Amino acid sequence: MADVTMTVNGRKISGTVEDRTLLVHFLRENEGLTGTHVGCDTSQCGACVVHVDGMAVKSCTMLAAQASGSEVLTIEGLADGAELHPVQAAFKEHHGLQCGFCTPGMIMAAADMIRRHPEGLDEKTVRAELEGNICRCTGYHNIVKAILAASEAMGGKAKAA
Amino acid sequence: MGIEGIGARVARKEDKRFITGLGRYVDDMTVPGMKHAAFVRSPHAHANIRSINVDAASDMPGVIGVLTGRELQADGIGNLICGWMVHSKDGSPMKMGAWSALATEKVRYVGDAVAIVVADTKGQARDAAEAVEIDYEELPAITDAVKALDENAPQLHPEAEGNLIYDWEIGDSAATDSALADAAHVTRMKIVNNRLIPNAMEPRAALGHYDKAEDHYTCWTTSQNPHVARLVMSAFYNVAPENKLRVIAPDVGGGFGSKIFIYPEEIVCLWASKRTGVPVKWVADRTESFLTDAHGRDHVTEVQMAFGADNRITGLKVDTIANFGAYMSLFSSSVPTYLYATLLSGQYDIPAIHANVRGVYTNTAPVDAYRGAGRPEATYVVERTVETAARELGISPAELRRKNFIREFPHQTPVIMNYDAGDYDASLEAAMREADYDGFAARRAEAEKRGRKRGIGMSCYIEACGIAPSAAVGSLGAGVGLWESAEVRVNAAGTIEVLTGSHSHGQGHETTFSQLVAHRFGVPIEQVSIVHGDTDKVQMGMGTYGSRSGAVGMSAIAKALDKVEAKAKKIAAHLLEADESDIVIENGEAKVAGTDKTVPWFQVALAAYTAHNLPEGMEPGLKEGAFYDPTNFTFPAGCYICEVEVDPETGHTDIVQFVAADDFGNIVNPMIVEGQVHGGLAQGIGQALLEGCHYDPATGQLITASYMDYTMPRAADLPSFRVSTTNTPCPGNPLGIKGCGEAGAIGSPPALINAITDAIGNNDLTMPATPQRVWAAMQ
Repeated sequence: MADVTMTVNGRKISGTVEDRTLLVHFLRENEGLTGTHVGCDTSQCGACVVHVDGMAVKSCTMLAAQASGSEVLTIEGLADGAELHPVQAAFKEHHGLQCGFCTPGMIMAAADMIRRHPEGLDEKTVRAELEGNICRCTGYHNIVKAILAASEAMGGKAKAA
Repeated sequence: MGIEGIGARVARKEDKRFITGLGRYVDDMTVPGMKHAAFVRSPHAHANIRSINVDAASDMPGVIGVLTGRELQADGIGNLICGWMVHSKDGSPMKMGAWSALATEKVRYVGDAVAIVVADTKGQARDAAEAVEIDYEELPAITDAVKALDENAPQLHPEAEGNLIYDWEIGDSAATDSALADAAHVTRMKIVNNRLIPNAMEPRAALGHYDKAEDHYTCWTTSQNPHVARLVMSAFYNVAPENKLRVIAPDVGGGFGSKIFIYPEEIVCLWASKRTGVPVKWVADRTESFLTDAHGRDHVTEVQMAFGADNRITGLKVDTIANFGAYMSLFSSSVPTYLYATLLSGQYDIPAIHANVRGVYTNTAPVDAYRGAGRPEATYVVERTVETAARELGISPAELRRKNFIREFPHQTPVIMNYDAGDYDASLEAAMREADYDGFAARRAEAEKRGRKRGIGMSCYIEACGIAPSAAVGSLGAGVGLWESAEVRVNAAGTIEVLTGSHSHGQGHETTFSQLVAHRFGVPIEQVSIVHGDTDKVQMGMGTYGSRSGAVGMSAIAKALDKVEAKAKKIAAHLLEADESDIVIENGEAKVAGTDKTVPWFQVALAAYTAHNLPEGMEPGLKEGAFYDPTNFTFPAGCYICEVEVDPETGHTDIVQFVAADDFGNIVNPMIVEGQVHGGLAQGIGQALLEGCHYDPATGQLITASYMDYTMPRAADLPSFRVSTTNTPCPGNPLGIKGCGEAGAIGSPPALINAITDAIGNNDLTMPATPQRVWAAMQ
């Protein structure tokens, strides 16, 4: 068993888990943060993306014990109180989601993508960057639109495609 | 239209919970005392079970119970069924092999469930599942449906001699043969429709809870149709009577057909909860989803299309072999027959059609409806053949299609369907204009200079949606009626709850259905709640598939709204001391037309419930229900044009433009409709370019059983789509809606393959058109 302590969405938490417990299962089962989803077992689909120390991480690729001592941000902690994060708002405005299952991972990955591209994003870059996030509903069309719009709203300059 | 009414591009109400991580899917549910299940599954494609020993597994840490099919059968749980009876052409009924939710004597595909382990944690359940000892006697396996018909092929079910489920036909064989004999030209093709794995992003899951105090079961399940699940589990599987079984399908993460069916796992979890005395939750991992979700397509077809000297199609003959997998899934029998061969007329006036379909067992996962269900297979046959014929006849693909379009409605095809309305020239012209079809030659020449092979292809699809008139499908063998139900409850202070038998798993019903109410009464959509997915809340319904929730589900709501409106008008007339016929309800108030006499909506509602001042003899309350049974299918249709560039060095295909022009009839929320088209296109393009389910023919092992092996469309594989609609309202339902959920997946594969084969100058190309296949076709 492993003792883990971490800050999740600004709140310090600790627990004792089986050594093999993945971060995603710790968040979902110990903390009840079920917004982070498990869509595959091979780290392909990206439904489990969270931020660990400010970087996007597939929480199914990381043991809970490895995240001990880190700052973790999940989809539940992304909005500023009642005010949606610009990426969340853009997904809603541009219909970037249908069934909603891949959405938390998409939004967390997109927020990280925008952070890493302060110069702005174009369609080709967004599509390439989404390699690790699978959506079966939207055909990505409106996800790409939403991420480009959020990037602009957050001050990134949209480059010509 | 109001800002939130029919036709308005309203942002979705349901998005708030999904974008903040507050959606509630089955795996997010917990109940006190809940334990976790793992299934023991066959590692063999075909084997006899000599013995099962659960002793070691039962002693593993945390294990509460290990149960097998023997106990399941002892408790009287029935075999799984196929709910649509199809008869062979000799009049004999389809040959349904027995399918126990847990296999006892024989396993027939890799993933066939044999036992369930219930333990404190999911990890412990999986560890113990590996300790269940099963002695198998391996048998030869067959995965290919054509070869399964060979005389010496391994036999799956004693009920189905030669692995043949049915040998079915439709249409006029003699007339079609005569058209072929007299034809000026015949186009002949062998067409394979590749097998697909649905891959909703949320894996299937079930949580079964038996409440001993009430002798009552609750099942949370990933279902597109919880009421059908309750009916089938109660009436056929003997899990519990309907009044003792509640089925809840909460937020469901995509379905695409794969969550219509009732699978072994939900039955077993419910039963195991009673057996073990604890609530039992099972969640598929992705490989289990690959192995056991019902797969789609898998047809091999020989087609002959006859043309007169004037290039009019005079006959179409189709011979199809359809792979059913190891067992007959819930609606499997209808997919390659009544959902396929009835659409073989396409958008064309074809005087003679004959189709023969053989359904075949193989040692693979069961095959059933997947987005489009039969209609993509029909469209692929027709549109590949028409495009090929145009090349053979030396006329433009658009011209050949125009030559043969149906232009008078209603149109009775030779294969049951009666098309009610459409304008195929309009969608063809809209797509050609948007794609700058006429400018293609210049673009091809420019690409040639860059060393790239550019091609263009089109597809003019038709589908039958709004499934379906109950008496008609009953006469064709369906075990259920395909109406829909609705109840509209106006609360005392004027807010409105709509209970529907439709189920949303991404389609946006909470918004679209609310828009219908807003349109009718002028109340904000935030004051309307859509209640669905729970058999304790909604009495009965048939669920969501076949693009039916708009055309059928919303029509039921419209009928219930008619009744509410009629009663509300009576109350308002009474309150305003006016004649009922002079009352109009709009903008959140009832008013006397042409006057300034009004009463707010909430006061009408309040009056209904205070009942202090109602018209003489009127019952209190404002709540009405309706069942809507469609009078015909609806017939969405459209034209898709795809333009590609192929790299001759690598065989890699880039989609440089994809244009869709669809006729969906009236549209409630264009934003949501466009989203449905985008998603359908991605799935169709996935089928044509990327996705292929592969079983090893020697062992029957599924080779493509993870996202590392099965190519899901990623963002970089797809272009941005250019979608538009033309609109001929559907005359068959009160809202004029045709349905939009499947069109993209139906129309896109032939457009893409027509484009690639045009680019490379070789028509012999099988889906998925991987770079390796395209490169080989160029050599």
